[in-house]
Amino acid sequence: MEPIIIEGTPKTPTVRFDTKEGVFEIKGRSIPENSVEFYKPLVDWLNKYKQEPLPKTVVSIRLEYFNTSSSKCILDVFKQLEAIHKAKNEVEVNWYYEEDDEDMLEAGEDYESIIRVPFKMIEIVE
Amino acid sequence: MGFDIDNYFAEKSDGNALLFYKGDINPDLINHVLDTVEEKLIKVNENSKLRKKVYNVLVESLQNLYHHVERVPEEFEDQSSEKFGILSVNKVTDGYKIMTGNFVRNDLALSLRERLQKINQSSHEEITELYKYILNHQRISSKGGGGLGLVDIARKTGNKLDYSFKDYNEEFCFFFLNILVGEKTDSN
Repeated sequence: MEPIIIEGTPKTPTVRFDTKEGVFEIKGRSIPENSVEFYKPLVDWLNKYKQEPLPKTVVSIRLEYFNTSSSKCILDVFKQLEAIHKAKNEVEVNWYYEEDDEDMLEAGEDYESIIRVPFKMIEIVE
Repeated sequence: MGFDIDNYFAEKSDGNALLFYKGDINPDLINHVLDTVEEKLIKVNENSKLRKKVYNVLVESLQNLYHHVERVPEEFEDQSSEKFGILSVNKVTDGYKIMTGNFVRNDLALSLRERLQKINQSSHEEITELYKYILNHQRISSKGGGGLGLVDIARKTGNKLDYSFKDYNEEFCFFFLNILVGEKTDSN
């Protein structure tokens, strides 16, 4: 599958979805006014990927900020992962948060309670 | 014709102003405000926890304005702004105060008021549950909002939302939201 590589901007995250490297990463800031426009290609890509996923899919989410409209789109990303997991494939989400950022940890826990995929909460210590 | 928006805003302002803006709310303006406030908070060495909270709440406040503000009433002084809003960020003793103001159609004010009342009557745990429920069940509206902005602000600040609706004319009222962002206390 063609990878998705998107460079980050002040309002949108860096994205690397690459099956060859085994890397699935969303990183940076996600605060666009129109988050659907940004995330739709990612959700569509995962929708295709789930036909023939890697034996193990590890997704890293390392966001500094995200707005509430991104939060719904990120849920759509996770719903794709949930479907992959449901089809008996190994899936893991690594949710990163900075040590003093309880809000980011809580946001990860929100998703963990909604989505049936194993989450690992990883504290970034500076 | 209604009351004086500027005077009301000035009366409600306290502390030291980091930023004041009145006019059209568009994506470029939002970028500019976010950059300016972030730079100022870094410059005064604000602790990163509070800095992040202010930034997050500011993003939601600005995007709430962007997604929901109405075309200005015909007799309003500023006809050049497609989406008119007013915004200030002030440093106060126990944190930062973010104030926003925008026109709301009278027929929509009631449902907005009900949402605010519901949020203010909820405990922190209930707000968390409400957030998760909306996240999981409500689609992004045609206006681009997810219906989560106010809930998120209440959750992140841990404070009640201070708001008021001022009559403007038969069609519109002016909605003020006054948000205190401090270090969140566990008592709430």
